[in-house]
Amino acid sequence: MEISTLLIKVLFAIIMIVAVMTMAGYSVLIERKVSGWVQGRVGPNRTSIPWIHAIPVLGPFLTKLGIFQPLADGLKFLFKEEITPGHVNKTYYYLAPIIALVPALTTMVVVPFGQYTDPATGVSQPLMLAPLDIGILFIFAISSLGVYGVVLAGWSSNNKYSFLGAIRSSAQMISYELSLGLSVFPLFLWLNAPGVEGGLGLTSVVDYQQSMWFIISQPLSAILFLVAIFAETNRLPFDMAESETDLVGGFHTEYGCFKFGIFFVAEYAHIVIGSALFVLLFVGGWNFLPFFADPWPAGWIGGVLSTIWFLLKVLVLIVFFVLIRWTIPRFRYDQVMKLGWTILLPLAIGNLILNAIIIAFVDSQ
Amino acid sequence: MAQTKVIERKPLSFSERTYLPQIASGLKTTISHIFQPKVTLQYPEERPPIPEGYRGVPTLVKDPNGREKCVSCQLCEFVCPPRAIRITPGEITEGDEHEHVEKAPEEFEINMLRCIYCGLCQEVCPEEAIFLQDIYSVSGYSREEMVNKKEKLYELGGTLPDSHYKWDKKKAAEEAAASGGQH
Repeated sequence: MEISTLLIKVLFAIIMIVAVMTMAGYSVLIERKVSGWVQGRVGPNRTSIPWIHAIPVLGPFLTKLGIFQPLADGLKFLFKEEITPGHVNKTYYYLAPIIALVPALTTMVVVPFGQYTDPATGVSQPLMLAPLDIGILFIFAISSLGVYGVVLAGWSSNNKYSFLGAIRSSAQMISYELSLGLSVFPLFLWLNAPGVEGGLGLTSVVDYQQSMWFIISQPLSAILFLVAIFAETNRLPFDMAESETDLVGGFHTEYGCFKFGIFFVAEYAHIVIGSALFVLLFVGGWNFLPFFADPWPAGWIGGVLSTIWFLLKVLVLIVFFVLIRWTIPRFRYDQVMKLGWTILLPLAIGNLILNAIIIAFVDSQ
Repeated sequence: MAQTKVIERKPLSFSERTYLPQIASGLKTTISHIFQPKVTLQYPEERPPIPEGYRGVPTLVKDPNGREKCVSCQLCEFVCPPRAIRITPGEITEGDEHEHVEKAPEEFEINMLRCIYCGLCQEVCPEEAIFLQDIYSVSGYSREEMVNKKEKLYELGGTLPDSHYKWDKKKAAEEAAASGGQH
């Protein structure tokens, strides 16, 4: 490979990492703001950069929105005193946050976020880092590695609360991984049904949904996938890994300063990637609306518009994640397991079989 | 003996067991709260309304004629439970407008690190010179800063209306007597 192509690839990768990290940071802000609004508060509205605050109208408005809060939070984590408890296993203790973050950032390589239509030829191609044909398999393979970060953190902390949190989290993630995978199988069955140009890439899913979103044609899959994503990202009502009420802080009890910050970012990066996945698989990605043709013009304007539309959908989903947090109380641990194994898994398998039968029936006609 | 009443619990219906309608109605409540007015008070800019009779920081007041009302009788110093008040009594200089008043404090100190805001000083003061007003947030960088001196106390207290003008009446009566009145 030529050095210039390599440089461009690296540049794109860095841009993507910065974008996803920023989105993770700002989903923390969304979380804090929406939580505040739901509880009748206003959320963070003080942090400001003096020379931006001096801009009339816009400056105070941005300050009120708390736009600079993630910046201040990040700086705080950076400049805090680095404390390593004496009783931890140092190698794994330091390794754990990195292992938690890397899969979250790796999965975004195959996540497409828009489409570019060449004005000359009319051929559209997705905007993504690596156009991988087995996108969904790659995501499932890599994202489940995130649990190793949690397990390592809990184990190396040498603390019973961390350990319990890690055990719960790993059990929960393994249980819900099954229904997560099985819930999207029917989609790919339809995608690869006889006579349909399919594949396992995420772009083909989006292309398939141009006229009809999967959330309408496959509502059961959508619900199963959403519940499983909530469990996979350790969000309430499934936040067994942290459960402040009974496990102090869960797997990151012994973590502070920037190491905790990395866990924090990883958690929100998972949410961002999870939301993006849901949007791609069920809500049509960057497709405008069901039953409507995409209004995106050819050329780079269309590319930007489709990306913005996609990001808007992701944003709505992130807000939904937060709203659910303040709507449903937490499940007890045995209830989480029961829900995963006795309800979600049979439903997912049933859904898969039903769709397989329907496809076979349609094919035999 | 308390009566035990056993309440029959109906088994959950199918829609209830899926949780989904309940989650939807819960979401409705959650979202409706987003649009309700916020209850947050933007503290340093907005202040809560202080009710009548609030016991804030003790302050010294002047009467509408600008006379300092304290005559340094030291009753407040005596009654103060945590001994936060320290008064150095002093004479009023000759020729002063308020010469007829018995005494005035040379120095008046209230240690806000000791003050318990009980209001006994206000209650005991025969001259109605010390009041616990509506100031409630006190801060400082050193112990010395937390001791309110006389000037600070008058600055915080300001002027309050007076219904007696005790010393003015006394002066008028003395003058009337001196000029051959019926005293």
